[in-house]
Amino acid sequence: MCQSSRPLTSAPSVIGQSAPRADALTKVTGEERYATDYYPENHLWAGIKRAAYPHARITSIDISQAKGMVGVVAVLTSKDVQGSNRLGIFEKDQPILADGIVRHYGEAVALVTAETKEILKQALAAIVVEYEPLAAVFDPQAAMSKESVILHPGRADGNVLLSDEISCGRGVEALADCEFTAEVSIEVNWQDHAFLETEAGVAWLEADGTIAMIASTQTPFRDRLELAEALKIPPTKFRVMAPYLGGAFGGKDGITVQGFLALAALHAGGRAVKMWYEREEHFLAGTKRHPAIMKYKLGCDQQGMLQALDCSILMDTGAYSAMGGEVLELAMEHAGGPYCIPNTRIKGAVVYTNNPIASAFRGFGVPQVAAGIEQAVDELAKTAGFDLLQFRLKNAVRRGSVTPTGVLLTQTVGLSECLKKVADHRLWRERELWQNSAPAFKRRGVGLAACYHAVGFGPVIPDYANAKLELAADGHIRVFAGVSDMGQGNAATYMQIVGHILFQGYDNMEIVLPDTACTLPSCSSSASRTTFTYGNAITGAADILKERILARALLLFSFQLLEQLNVQDLVLLPGRIVHQPSGREVPLQLIAGFMDESERIATYSYTCPVNKQVLPTGKKLRHHGYPHRVFSYAVQLVRLQVDTLTGEIEVCDLLNCIEAGSVLNPQVFEQQIQGGAAQGIGYALFEDFALKEGKIRTNDFSTYILPTAMDIPNMETVVVPLAEDDGPYGMKGAGEISIDGILSAIANGVAAIIGTRITQGTLTGEKILLALRQAGKEAVR
Amino acid sequence: MRVKFMLNGKQTIVDAPADRRVVDLLREDFGLIGVKECCGAGECGACTILVNGTSRLSCLMLAAQLEGVEVTTIEGVAPEGSFAIVQQAFIDCGAVQCGFCTPGMVLAVLDLLQRNPQPSSEEIREGLSGNLCRCTGYQKIVEAVQVAAALLKGRRA
Ligand code: FES
Ligand code: FES
Repeated sequence: MCQSSRPLTSAPSVIGQSAPRADALTKVTGEERYATDYYPENHLWAGIKRAAYPHARITSIDISQAKGMVGVVAVLTSKDVQGSNRLGIFEKDQPILADGIVRHYGEAVALVTAETKEILKQALAAIVVEYEPLAAVFDPQAAMSKESVILHPGRADGNVLLSDEISCGRGVEALADCEFTAEVSIEVNWQDHAFLETEAGVAWLEADGTIAMIASTQTPFRDRLELAEALKIPPTKFRVMAPYLGGAFGGKDGITVQGFLALAALHAGGRAVKMWYEREEHFLAGTKRHPAIMKYKLGCDQQGMLQALDCSILMDTGAYSAMGGEVLELAMEHAGGPYCIPNTRIKGAVVYTNNPIASAFRGFGVPQVAAGIEQAVDELAKTAGFDLLQFRLKNAVRRGSVTPTGVLLTQTVGLSECLKKVADHRLWRERELWQNSAPAFKRRGVGLAACYHAVGFGPVIPDYANAKLELAADGHIRVFAGVSDMGQGNAATYMQIVGHILFQGYDNMEIVLPDTACTLPSCSSSASRTTFTYGNAITGAADILKERILARALLLFSFQLLEQLNVQDLVLLPGRIVHQPSGREVPLQLIAGFMDESERIATYSYTCPVNKQVLPTGKKLRHHGYPHRVFSYAVQLVRLQVDTLTGEIEVCDLLNCIEAGSVLNPQVFEQQIQGGAAQGIGYALFEDFALKEGKIRTNDFSTYILPTAMDIPNMETVVVPLAEDDGPYGMKGAGEISIDGILSAIANGVAAIIGTRITQGTLTGEKILLALRQAGKEAVR
Repeated sequence: MRVKFMLNGKQTIVDAPADRRVVDLLREDFGLIGVKECCGAGECGACTILVNGTSRLSCLMLAAQLEGVEVTTIEGVAPEGSFAIVQQAFIDCGAVQCGFCTPGMVLAVLDLLQRNPQPSSEEIREGLSGNLCRCTGYQKIVEAVQVAAALLKGRRA
């Protein structure tokens, strides 16, 4: 447990030391302004008329009544969009406002701005849209058939957004030679991000015509490019500011309300516009985690060495591509788990349906495939008679190994160390005791999973960051964050890195959050690369600034002491510089006064190295990130208790053993690990997302159940801190790894208790009770 | 209608439709943006305020219900005393990530500690079960409450 009270404006924090986050202070007092908290003077409210069909042709939109209402400022449709009206990263297929066809329930059809929220609601209701319903497809398998209705005619592969096959060694043939094989078929559900701050922002036109906006976005710089094309306005005519986000987890990776905001601002007669989704609208319009249908066949030899894997993954990306291709890539790249399997065939496809849009969500395809491979590994180990942990250890990748997708691991690999730590851990050693100590009408079990997670964007898309740092005229340090902080604390970590290098405390530092007008272009807050990449860039900038400060100070001391001095004799201290031999000091402010602006500002550009391997298969995946270079590793263990009368399941203990490089701030690291694991528990047990014919049935928190404080156990986090050469101070990304293995660990634990596997969707109490019944274990004492 | 109530220690009179939601009134008319809205349906606790010292959900309250009561938002809690200790414990323990649940959570903690100054960890978890947090997994929040409770006990002793 943490120790008590020290003031936040403390001594400079050092890399590797737990330090409170600088942003916690303003958040805990309620002062911090999120995008939702801006109410520009005299602003209008903007809102969206949404489609009432999952697939339909719009035959008419009658806006006359809405337009005539007192207090309505503008009613806009796709006709008012000047540019391509298409959003998207690789596949630009999503209209800002539907032009002709709607492809999912709740798709945006018209945009209204009004004086008040009440008038806005009435005006939205007064818009009459007539539709001609079209045949719709909701099942990804059906979407692949020849007979299926096509969502985006004109694409070469019908409803298939992307499909490919990776094969290594002798491929599936090798399965025939295996001594033991195991098969599992697993279907995993959708998941909603359910961040607490729903999609929101404000926008206005600046005097020079620039469209300025404050939005809850993970991607301020990329948003400009997307908006530019869709609206036919040069990217430099947008200014996007991203305050701290009230959670995102991938759900704000790209445009949410920004297109509407820009359009509304263009038609607001110079007034600002504000938009803020209600929770139900968030469920309707926001992206989700991709559901997946997976088939696994895995084989090993007599010694328990994995030999062959045949697997297929089918993902549903819903009506528009969003990040569907990239999620499929990452899923396929990780499909074989962190094991050495020489012969593999991994087939994958991601398809369009008339379901909600799936896109980035913490884990990005990996929690899905981990649920496939880790259950297959458990089954195979049991069939072949091996200890579940030793079996994994035997087959674990090491540095220099080749993964099941042919990726040569040149960087740090800490999986074996993680497995060994877990093997020695009480929770694993005492697993039988735990199983045998269940009270009446309870059953207990332990579940295990091993996983890995790639860092960054892969070989094609440059993973870059441009850091900027300023010694302000008054002597304090301004840290410019070019990457959004969606809650993970990266902004504070940048301050920690700068504070470490320049030996300054938070009280002498200030953070400037992303603003395309003054922070420098950097890639998104995503892909376990936020601190990894920007951390490298800000380290570079801090080194430069330090050198300049010392050089100036040297001159000053030389004048004062009238002799030639050596820069090595100077040290930076909080707020000042000391010449050690003489003991003389000058305040930073004085030095700042001797520097002109161009010297006081240091910038540094950093692009991550990539994996240059040329792989024979999976060519189409290359653009989407295959292969990666750096991976983080984890082994996760859960102790479960099931009630045989009700099917109710409890996660009693959870162990995260993580190798994500060196740890810069243990407290912030633990936050990521615990938070990700908790979302994994939600994914596994609680968040039973339900659709009927493309319509979301779970669109509030009384039907879409998030875990509460009662549902998440105290977790233990064990760190294996290997130093990664690519990462700043040896770190690797830690934002996603902890969600990856939880569903699989829980599923393995449940299977251990019941003796059979629940293979479809969320592991709810109902399903567990049914499985207990079928296994003849219901109400067993 | 005219509603007269105490807001963060100040006698306040507003003219508001009787059915105006309190969360809107506080945020839009008084600029008290520390009152967060997340679900608008009484299911998350982000909009928690103290009404006569006990925690209430401002998204479920209407302006008319404010007549004669004492409302405290995160902005108005006395900076000394238990508030400061709870806040500091949240900071020190790393109980704040995105922070969107934090103001509501802190108020819920104050209410909890007032009713039960030495809660067990189960009691803390139960007492905070109306406040959702999507970022932390709750563990560091529970720790923060334990630390705050211990400090407050030391202070009373
Ligand atoms: S906003 Fe009031 S309970 Fe969620
Ligand atoms: S800290 Fe983000 S919801 Fe609690």
